[in-house]
Amino acid sequence: MLITCPYCGPRDLAEFSYQGDANRPRPDQHDTDQARWNAYVYDRANPAGPHREYWQHAGGCRKHLLIVRSTLTHAIESVAFAGAPGATPQAPRRAAKGRTKTGPAKGKKP
Amino acid sequence: MVEPVSPLGAAWKPGAYPNTAGETGLVLSETRPGSIVQVAAWPGREKTLIAAIKSVTGLALADGAGAGRVDGAKAAFGIAPGTFVVVDQKEGLAATLGAAIGVDTGTVTDLSHGRTALRLAGPKAEWVLAKFFALDFSQTAFPPGAGRATSHHDIFAQIQRSGAEQFDLYVFRSFARAFWTALCHASEEAGYRVG
Ligand SMILES: [Zn+2]
Repeated sequence: MLITCPYCGPRDLAEFSYQGDANRPRPDQHDTDQARWNAYVYDRANPAGPHREYWQHAGGCRKHLLIVRSTLTHAIESVAFAGAPGATPQAPRRAAKGRTKTGPAKGKKP
Repeated sequence: MVEPVSPLGAAWKPGAYPNTAGETGLVLSETRPGSIVQVAAWPGREKTLIAAIKSVTGLALADGAGAGRVDGAKAAFGIAPGTFVVVDQKEGLAATLGAAIGVDTGTVTDLSHGRTALRLAGPKAEWVLAKFFALDFSQTAFPPGAGRATSHHDIFAQIQRSGAEQFDLYVFRSFARAFWTALCHASEEAGYRVG
């Protein structure tokens, strides 16, 4: 797998470290709401498809990156520096309504 | 003045080590610069930092990824956004860069004692380096002066192409002996000379 670092160009996966799910905005540090912290720590969208995630180019420029990677194919849709405009955590992509545990509802695209 | 000690120690074995065909494809050496300094700009201050590098070293860096210059005893190259390695054969570069780069521009870190500088030169330098790093070492992809930050397993290496057939590698000093020995082994096939 190659990841095209915005600074270094295409590099081998071995140079990168996975840094976790980038779909979780951290609650305010003064927030005392248990449910919000529980969701932040434990809830994952776990999609079969495009997934926003943090990586670090640890064996290169050492910058943190926000990558959209398909969990099905490992195809990389986009790479940006973490913290760049548009590269901040977003609310988890929830499963579409009408979807059940066994599969998509009839008559609806998954 | 105190005489600097090479971290290569007993692993430095000058001499000729041709391959079985009697060829010598490259020369391995240690450049032993007096100053190895990393400078980094705060976001938005990159151009000011590049101007400061030029005022101190005379090296005019292009504002692009991995851009670098080599001029005799001095060299500089980009390793990350707004971050550069600046090298001088003379000591004292960290102090002069520190005086030229204000706290509102960026940071200056003296790595002179933390890195060791190794040079590969010769027609087989690209070939040997390609065994270590998953990088394109061809001159079109990696032109003279340019720099790259990469790693060989867990040994970080900052590489500058300092000539058409010449590369300078900056690796952690504590890994110098292991990395140097690996370089020698990898060069056996091409034949090499140390010194
Ligand atoms: Zn990078």
